[in-house]
Order: sequence, then C-alpha cells, then structure tokens
Amino acid sequence: MSLRRRRHALPGFGLTLGLSLAYLALIVLIPLAALALKSATIGPLAFWAAVSSPRALAAYRVTFGCAAIAGLINLVLGPLLAWVLVRYRFPGRKLIDALVDLPFALPTAVAGITLTALYASNGWLGRWIEAAGWKIAYTPAGITIALTFVSLPFLVRSVQPVLEQLEPDIEEAAATLGAGRLATLAKVILPTLWPAILTGFALAFARAVGEYGSVIFIAGNLPMVSEIAPLLIVAKLDAFDYAGATAIAVVLLLASFVALFLINVLQLWTVRRRSAEAR
Amino acid sequence: MTERKRSTALRDPAWLRFALLAIALAFVAVFLVLPLVAVFVYAIEKGFAFFMDSLTDPDARAAIRLTLLVAAVSVPANTLFGVAAAWLITRFAFRGKNLLVSLIDLPFAVSPVIAGLIYVLLFGANGWLGPWLSAHDIRIIYAVPGIVLATTFVTFPFVARELIPLMQAQGSEEEQAALTLGAGGFAMFWRVVLPKIKWGLVYGVILCNARAMGEFGAVSVVSGHIRGVTNTMPLHVEILYNEYQRTAAFAVASLLALMALATLVLKQLVGWRMRRIEARSAAA
Repeated sequence: MSLRRRRHALPGFGLTLGLSLAYLALIVLIPLAALALKSATIGPLAFWAAVSSPRALAAYRVTFGCAAIAGLINLVLGPLLAWVLVRYRFPGRKLIDALVDLPFALPTAVAGITLTALYASNGWLGRWIEAAGWKIAYTPAGITIALTFVSLPFLVRSVQPVLEQLEPDIEEAAATLGAGRLATLAKVILPTLWPAILTGFALAFARAVGEYGSVIFIAGNLPMVSEIAPLLIVAKLDAFDYAGATAIAVVLLLASFVALFLINVLQLWTVRRRSAEAR
Repeated sequence: MTERKRSTALRDPAWLRFALLAIALAFVAVFLVLPLVAVFVYAIEKGFAFFMDSLTDPDARAAIRLTLLVAAVSVPANTLFGVAAAWLITRFAFRGKNLLVSLIDLPFAVSPVIAGLIYVLLFGANGWLGPWLSAHDIRIIYAVPGIVLATTFVTFPFVARELIPLMQAQGSEEEQAALTLGAGGFAMFWRVVLPKIKWGLVYGVILCNARAMGEFGAVSVVSGHIRGVTNTMPLHVEILYNEYQRTAAFAVASLLALMALATLVLKQLVGWRMRRIEARSAAA
C-alpha cells in the first residue's frame, strides 16, 4: 500500500501531449507537408528537369563545394582552438571562449555586410589580399569565408567537452612508454577525438549548405559561378516558379538530412565503442 | 618528483604551445574580433549625429518596432511549447517519443530559405490556402503574420532543446514529493518545477530571442520588403546596404551586434550560474 502510494502519476500528460502535438503540427509538420505535396504534384519529368538544369547543378557545386571547404578549414582550426582553450592558460582565454559563439548570436545579415566590407577591394583585409593578387569578395572564395564564419562554433563546441573529459592516464602511459609529445597527440589523443570532430563537421556542413544571409552579400551571386542553391530557390520564387523552387528545396533538404543521419550513425558508433572499451 | 613528471608528460613542448596559440589567436582575431570591431567602426564613420539619424529615421524605427513585435510573439510561443514538450518527454513514457524528439529538432536541419518557402507554398497567392485566404481578405504572406510564422519555425527547437537534457538529468523526485504533500498540478509547477528549471529556461529563451531578432533568410522570403510595414531590422540593413547607404546600414547593424554581444554576456552569466548550481547539488 505505502509502496504504491509513494509514486504518484505526474499530472499533465494529456495537456502537454495535446499542446506539443498541435503546435508541432501547426508550425512544422503541416508546412513541411505542403512542400512534400507540392513536390509530388510537379511530376517526375519536370522535377528532374528542375533539379538537373545546368544552373541548378552549378549552384549545388558552389553550395556543397564551399560548404565542404569551409568545413575542412574548421575541421583543422576548430579542434586546434578547442585544444588551446582547454589545455593552455593565457590572459583573455575566457573572453575568447565566449567569443566563439559570436557566429551563433550575430544576425547573419550583419555578418554578411561586415565580411563583405572587410574583404572588398577597399576593405581592411581585401586591400592587402588584392595587393597580393588574390580576390575574395564576390567570388566563391568569399562564400567560403562567410560559411567558415557561420560554422566555426560547431567544430569547437563539439570537440571541447570531449577534451575536457579526457583522462590524463593514457597520455601519461604514452609518455612513460617513451612516445614523444607529437606522437602522443597524433596517435593517442586525436583518435579519441574523431567521432566528435566528424559530428561537428556534419553539423557545420548541414548548417553551411542552407546558409543564406551571411553569403548573399559577399557572393556576387553570378549564376553558374557564385550562386548558392538557397539563392536559386529565392530567384525561382521571385519569378513565381514555385515548382522549380520546391524541387531545389527538396534536394537541399535531402542533403541536410543525410548529414544529420550520418551524425546519428556516428553517435551510435561512439556509444558502441565506449561500451566495448568498458567491457 | 612524480608530480613533476606527471605535469611534463601532459605539457606540450614550448615551441608547439607557442605555435598553436599563435595560430588560434590569429584565427580568432581575423574571423571573430575584426568583424565585430568593424561593425561599430563602420557604424560611426560619418559621426554620431549621422548614426543617430540612421536609427531614428521612420523606416528604421518601424523596422525596430516590427523586430521587437515578432520576437515578442515567437519567443513566448516557443517557450510555452518548449516547457510543455520537455515535461512530456522527460516525465512520461509513451510510444513514438524518439520520433517526437527528432521532429522537434527538425527546423534546425531546414535552410532558412526553405522555412520561408513552405509558408509561401501554404499561404501564398498561389499556395494551397491562397484562394481561400484572399476570398476572406486575410493576408499572411507579405504581411506580419507570415514573418511571425517563419520566425517561429526557425526558433522552434531552442527552448525545448535546452530543457530536455536538463529535466532528464534532474529527475522527478521533488515533483513526487510535492504531490505527496498534497500540492495540486499548478502549485507543483509554479513552486517546484519552475524554480528547478529556471536557469535552463532563461538560457533557452536568450538563444531563441537572439535568433528571432536576427533571422534573415526565412523572413526575407515571406516579407515582400515593404518599407515601414514588413521590414524587420535585418531586412532594413539589407535594403540600406543595397542602396549604397553603407553607413546607415551599419548603424542599424550595430544595434543587432549589440544585441548579439548582450546575448553572449547573458549566456555566459547564466551558464556560470547553472554550473555553480550543478556543482552544489553534486557536492550535496
């Protein structure tokens, strides 16, 4: 009796279930269903024509290419920054740690116009870069810079907690066994970081593929050269080509979903590896 | 002796520390500090009077008002949903729970432009509900309701995402105790649950608000860019910039950058507070 009385059924199941499902349906599911329905009414031939037009193919190349390069830049510099923030002590460390989230907090349009002003030929950075014979603003290189900025926090923030929880034992063991510091970093620490690094990369990539606000100012937006896929969707909408916009949107969504699906697989793999090690 | 050996085993050699620190600091300086400084320098390059004029211009004021209005609707709506969904997910067992968690995260995987597109397909003049809406003289796309909906979509997961892991970790012992002592559902929520999740809730609301006020892509698709009517602050920045009014654009942008800085400071303070509470409960 007393045992049964001790656990109460918590109240609010019906209320929160109803509220959550209704709100989810209204804001997310029904609008997304409108996209699915629209793409189903286009017809396979028209759909294929829209997603495989030369302009669309060029836009995917720019979007996925620049997102991948930005991801790779962050794949190197993000974990490096995380390592410095976790392991080294220097003045201003906490400030920099807080600043890493700036790209999450700064509105993308602000990032877009600022990066453009900095990298334009009369900008603080563009001036020197152009003197060296390079051009960044209004080229795919500019798109890559903007995407590097917006996806920077993902790599740092996914690696940082893993580094903080790293036990010193294995590093000590490696040192005791005569491994140099570089060998320890490359062969002992880096392998434990890979799942976090790849998760961060996938998150960064998924974000960069859909990014719009920070890119359009610096991109130049030349069809076939520096036009990203999200901008192509907007261009088709402006021309009232709803079917074309929907088709490109479906391709972009699929790319994001694949990236996020890979994250889930990675996390499963990490959990399995951990439990295998524990055994 | 062993202490010294231990510390040197974990220390990078001086040259490596110097190199990594130099690369990291240079990266942060060029990619984070420089843009932040540039926003404010460009904003006041024509002097303080020009800066103030850019902010008090009627279109700028209308944009600021609209941005505040949109955040004032989207953020509370998503907060209410976040609390309800987190309670549902962390306190009850039911079929389809994992699917529900994935669906809550879904808006983060959707490009902002697509977030705008789906509402155009639904409510636009040629959308599924377009004819019915125009017959009843209701405007959603190219009007404020569309902006609110698109903003709500892109900020949808923030609060729920912050609360679910927190409430999972906290467990429901206190709630059980409150019910045993005879508290009703609402008394339990106000006196027990809310104080427990307060800081996590504030954290989620801060992040949600920053995104709501700064959203560009989704809002741009549904806004129609009608000056003084459907322009939010980020859209106003875009228009000014494209009209070669660079300094005015940066003046409005600097307000958004201040909002971002305030967000980072608040986030840090709340995060610090949460860690302290966590440490205290771990020590107890």
